[in-house]
Amino acid sequence: MANTKNPPVYALEIKDLKKTYKDGVEAVKGISLTVEKGDFFALLGPNGAGKSTIIGVISSLVQKSSGKVSVFEHDIDKELELAKLCIGLVPQEFNFNQFEKVLQIVVNQAGYYGVKKDVALQRAEKYLTQLDLWQKRDSPARALSGGMKRRLMIARALMHEPQLLILDEPTAGVDIELRRSMWAFLTELNEQGVTIILTTHYLEEAEMLCRNIGIIDKGILVECTSMKSLLSRLNMETFVLDLGADLRVEPSLDGIKCRLSDRHTLEVDVAKEQNLNGVFSQLSELGIEVLSMRNKANRLEELFVELVEKGSIEPNKSREQQSGKGASASKGASS
Amino acid sequence: MNMRALYATAFKSILTKEINRFTRIWVQTLVPPAISMTLYFLIFGNLVGKRIGEMGGVSYMEFIAPGLIMMSVITASYSNVASSFFSAKFQRNLEELIVAPVPHYVIIAGYVGGGVVRGLCVGTIVTLVAMFFVDISLHHAGLVVLTVLLTSILFSLGGLINAIFANSYDDISIVPTFVLTPLTYLGGVFYSLSLLPDFWQGVSKLNPVVYMINVFRYGFLGYADMSVPFSIAVMLGFCVGLWTLAYYLISRGIGLRS
Repeated sequence: MANTKNPPVYALEIKDLKKTYKDGVEAVKGISLTVEKGDFFALLGPNGAGKSTIIGVISSLVQKSSGKVSVFEHDIDKELELAKLCIGLVPQEFNFNQFEKVLQIVVNQAGYYGVKKDVALQRAEKYLTQLDLWQKRDSPARALSGGMKRRLMIARALMHEPQLLILDEPTAGVDIELRRSMWAFLTELNEQGVTIILTTHYLEEAEMLCRNIGIIDKGILVECTSMKSLLSRLNMETFVLDLGADLRVEPSLDGIKCRLSDRHTLEVDVAKEQNLNGVFSQLSELGIEVLSMRNKANRLEELFVELVEKGSIEPNKSREQQSGKGASASKGASS
Repeated sequence: MNMRALYATAFKSILTKEINRFTRIWVQTLVPPAISMTLYFLIFGNLVGKRIGEMGGVSYMEFIAPGLIMMSVITASYSNVASSFFSAKFQRNLEELIVAPVPHYVIIAGYVGGGVVRGLCVGTIVTLVAMFFVDISLHHAGLVVLTVLLTSILFSLGGLINAIFANSYDDISIVPTFVLTPLTYLGGVFYSLSLLPDFWQGVSKLNPVVYMINVFRYGFLGYADMSVPFSIAVMLGFCVGLWTLAYYLISRGIGLRS
């Protein structure tokens, strides 16, 4: 809950940020949003929505056209170096020297943040071990697999122990096992107090990890709220039932939509006001045994498509939402 | 956070990285100048030089030795920064520095420092090679050191500016081929400016390399074509001008940030 006596400390505060590139492309069209200290925030949007441009502006890789950006109350126009000290960046593309050794890459990066070599070596051992790269410390970066390179970028970003970690699609192209281990690592970091901002195309990832979410489309913030409140807007939830029976046609259930995805799997759409007991009892009456059940993880995806489609049809309305609703959503998110 | 200590550590990190880079590939960076200078001494100094006789009151081999050392320092410091900075820009690992709290002057100093160290290493190697062919005597050691430092700073800055503007590896080879080599060859490495007609002596004075070789040769032989203090002032002026330009370009993000 936001405390009225002690206003929340924002890890990131963006006000009316605009960016127009030299070729005239308006990548960001006046976005305002706040991320509270300690938050795990997802920035979602289709390709070309402006997510990477926003991250670029925060981390100084992109020059903004106008607007204000503050990181832990350090305005990047006035206290850029102090703001930079707070940020750890994991960019979308591999941007380390492929010919340097893993250990050199992380120790050099620590040095750029003023970390002395002896401390840097201790931290390198800590983070490379945690990210399962210590055995590869003397290998040149080009010899690492794609997943290892991703983890190397996370280790490098953590070397100066930033308060705000920004990850631009950190799990792109990473297999599910590794993705899950990265999720566990990021969750642990967040629990230790590191504020995390994540962009991802895996909506399941955002749903599992993040407490708050901003959705961007065509340079406009179409939604900024807590994950809980966003998901609560869904009227319908889909459950996947694994059946003991072999069905050729879907069973007729009273007041409940269902479809067979194969002869042993039934997808059931359950409205908020309905309960699952009704589904089970109807299936039981039909002699259909349910072996197991899981939630179909497409909830956020449905909302995302809906919001982005709505945003592209009613851009003006979305702009109003970003200035008003975005800020209040951020406050709500702290509760 | 003590920002000065941070900047000092950052500078040390960039410098160490740069030194590690060129020593890792020593076969490409330190050996070729030794080989090419040996050939210069053999062909120009020994075979052709014997027929030329004396120049500036010393043997031709002694006369060209300082210029050849200077030529290798120029090439080494320029190409070190041009290739390293452009490669960092091309591979995008320059972003590691852009996102870090490193002021622009520290970035410039780190890269230029790398170029200076390589220039000094190559200069030392070529001097050792030269000692096989001529008796090197020092007229003014302080001027020799000062000239090598100013020259390597000046051409490291030149290489940095080239890399900032470069969009491809071709762009960092065009300047050495079409600008640096002619300037060096026409800078009085192989001849005394006094041999040129007045008009071409005047034109030569627009070439900064002339002043470097002039002071450097004076440091070794005590022989100068032009005023030594003026030559030092020209070198200092170029260093300040190029530093200012490099600082302006980096702080505006030209060629580096979108």
